[in-house]
Amino acid sequence: MGFNWLSEPRGDYYTRHFVPTPEAEGDRLILNLGPQHPSTHGVLRVVVEMDGEYILKAEPVLGYIHRMQEKMGEVKTWRQYLPNMGRVDYLHALAWNWAYVGAVEKLAGIEVPPRAEYIRVITCELNRISSHLLWWGAYLLDLGAFTPILYAFADRERIMDILQMVTGSRLTYCYYRFGGVSADLGESFIQATREFLKHFKTRIPMFHDLVTGNMILRGRCEQIGVLPLEMARRYGATGPVLRGSGLAYDTRRAEPYSVYPGLEFRVPVGVNGDAMDRYDVRLAEMSQSIAIIEQALEIMPDGPHLNPDVHERLKPPPGEVYYAVEGGRGKIGVHLISDGGPKPYRVKLRSPSFCNLQLFAELAQGTLLADAVSILGSLDLVIPEIDR
Amino acid sequence: MTLTEIINHPLTRLVLGLVLILVFVGVNGLILVWMERKVVGFIQRRPGPYEVGPHGILQSLVDGVKLIAKQLVTPRGADRFLFWLGPMLSVTPVVICFLPIPFSPALTAMDVNLGLLLILAFSSVNVLALCAAGWGSNNKYALIGAARAVSQSVAYEIPLLLSVLCIAFQTGSLSLSAIAQGQSQGVLSWNLWVQPLAFVIFFISATAETNRAPFDLPEAESELTAGFHTEYSGMGFGLFFLAEYTYMIVVCSVATALFLGAHDGPFLPGPWWFVLKVYALILALMWFRWTFPRVRFDQLLNLCWKWLIPLGLVNLLATALVLKLVE
Repeated sequence: MGFNWLSEPRGDYYTRHFVPTPEAEGDRLILNLGPQHPSTHGVLRVVVEMDGEYILKAEPVLGYIHRMQEKMGEVKTWRQYLPNMGRVDYLHALAWNWAYVGAVEKLAGIEVPPRAEYIRVITCELNRISSHLLWWGAYLLDLGAFTPILYAFADRERIMDILQMVTGSRLTYCYYRFGGVSADLGESFIQATREFLKHFKTRIPMFHDLVTGNMILRGRCEQIGVLPLEMARRYGATGPVLRGSGLAYDTRRAEPYSVYPGLEFRVPVGVNGDAMDRYDVRLAEMSQSIAIIEQALEIMPDGPHLNPDVHERLKPPPGEVYYAVEGGRGKIGVHLISDGGPKPYRVKLRSPSFCNLQLFAELAQGTLLADAVSILGSLDLVIPEIDR
Repeated sequence: MTLTEIINHPLTRLVLGLVLILVFVGVNGLILVWMERKVVGFIQRRPGPYEVGPHGILQSLVDGVKLIAKQLVTPRGADRFLFWLGPMLSVTPVVICFLPIPFSPALTAMDVNLGLLLILAFSSVNVLALCAAGWGSNNKYALIGAARAVSQSVAYEIPLLLSVLCIAFQTGSLSLSAIAQGQSQGVLSWNLWVQPLAFVIFFISATAETNRAPFDLPEAESELTAGFHTEYSGMGFGLFFLAEYTYMIVVCSVATALFLGAHDGPFLPGPWWFVLKVYALILALMWFRWTFPRVRFDQLLNLCWKWLIPLGLVNLLATALVLKLVE
C-alpha cells in the first residue's frame, strides 16, 4: 500500500516563516521540539535553530491546548465558571480556585468565616507540595534520572488521597466556594495530614541525599540558565523562577491575603539565579509549606466553613476587581469586570507560566540543546496554564 | 575422518560456536530485558513485570513476539538500504565478538591468539550501524543522535584501548584464554588487584561504549525523543535493543576475562563463575542507569579527554616501566 503525496510538505506556518539568525554561518538545523516531545510536558512546541549542538534561536509556539478559558468566563454565571479554574493549572488547582473565588468575594463584598480561611490555607499548601513534588520528579526525568519521579509520586499519591477526602477529586479540584469552602475538614483529614507531614519531613532530607548532592546533577544545573534579576523583572517572572534570582517576592508576603500575615514562614531565595537555585528554592518551599500547614492546623478556630448568606444566583455590583494569590509557579491573578449581571462581563487570567515561558527564548540562546531542556524544566511550566 | 577430527576441525568449531552463540545471545537478551525491568522495579520500589508467567518471567518473550508481529515501517524519504542495514549491522558483529571469550578452557568457541583485537575491532562496527541508521532515517533527531554516537564512540575507544593494553603488556598476549589462564590461581591472582585503575577506566569507557546511562546521549529521550532509533518500528528497533544488551554482555565478559579472573572460582564449575561475574557487572551497569542523571555532551567528552585518556596513558607508562624494571 502506498500513498501519493501531492507535494512535499514543507512544515506549517511557523516553520515556513521562521526567520533564521542572519549573522550565523554554516549548516544550520531547524528542529521542532514538540508539540509532542518528551521534554515539553504537554503540548508546548519550541522551534529551535541549531548550529551543531548549540542553539542559535529558540521560539516557543503556543496555542495547542487553548480552550478559551477567559471567553468561557463571559458566557457562564459566576458560579458556573468555578470548575473551570481547576483546569487552568491542573497541578496547583486550588490556587486558581482561590484566586477566582477571592476576586468574586472582593467584588461582591462577601465575608469569609475564619475557619474557611484556614481550611483554604491548609489545602492550598498541601496542593503546593504536590505540585512541587511533581515538578521535582519531572525535572529530574528531563535530566535523565528516571527513578526520583516514582519516589515523588509515592508522596504525591498520599497528598491526593488526603485532598480527595474533602474535595472529592484528585486532580482538578473545585473545592472553594464564594464565602468559604464546600466541605468542612473532618477529624480523619486532620489526622491523615498530621501523619503525612510527619512522614514527609523525613522524605525531604532523603531527596537531598539521593539527588541534590549528585555530581552529575550539579553539573547539569549549576551555572545553567542564569537568569539575572533585571531580566526576570523585564519579563514579569514570578514565583520560584523570580525568587531563584534573588528577589524575595512572594504574593503571600508582598500582597498579603487571607490569614497568611498571621502565619510564620520564610521566603527562600537563590543567589545566582541558575537552574540549581530554582531547584533549591522549590525544595525549600516544600519545607515552608509544611510549617504553614502545621501552624494552621494548630490555630484553626471552630465555626462555620461557609458563609450561608451568599445568594445562589450571585450578582456582584458593577465594578472591576483584581485579586492575586501565590501559586506553585508564581503569581496567579484574576481580573474581573462586572456589569451587575449574573455573568462576568470580562475575565482576565494572569498565569505565571505564560510570563515565565517568555524568558526561555532569551535564556536558551547560545546554550547546548541539553541545557535548553534543563532550563525549560527548571521553569516549571504547565502548558494548559500558558494557553488557558 | 573420525568424529573427533570433524568436531575439532576449525570450520566445524566456528559454525558450531556461532550457532551456540546465537542461542546464548537470544536467551540472554530475553533474560537481561526481564532482569533490567525487575532491577528498575526494585530500585523504584515497585514489583516490575508481574503478569506474564511467574514473576513476569515470560514478559520479554511476549514483548519479543509483539515486536516481531509489528509492521516494519520505512519512513518517507529514507535511504532504504542504509535504513535497514543499520539494525542488521548492529547485531551481526556483536555475535562474532563472542568467539574468543573464554567461558572456561574447554568452552571457548575459538581460541584466537589475537582475540582481544578481534573483539575491539568488531565491536567498533556498531558505530557504523548507528551512523547508518541515523543518516538513513531522514529524521533530524536520528541524525543528531548518530552524530553524538560517533563522537562518543571514537572518544571512548581510546581509554578503552589504553586500559586493555595494560593487561596485554602484563600478560604478553592478546589471547583472552592466555590472559584468563594467568589469573586462575585464586582470587589474589586476578588482574583487578594489579591494575585497579585500568579496571575503573575500562568499566567507565565500556558504559560509554555501550551507550548506557548516564552516557546514553545518542538516545537521550528528553532531548532527542529516541535518538538514532526514532524511526524504527518492530524488529528494527528490536535488533538495536538486542544489540545493546548483547554488547553489554560482551563488554562485561571482556572485563571479567581481563580483570576478574575469568572462570576462576571455588566449588562451582568455571563457566558458572564466568556467567556469575558477568551478571554481577551487568547488575552494576543497570544500577548506574537507574540512579544517575544523564551527563551533558561536552561533559562526557571532557571526562574522556581530560581525565580518562591522561590517566590511562600514565597507567600504561607506569605498567611498562614496572615491567621493564622487573625484567
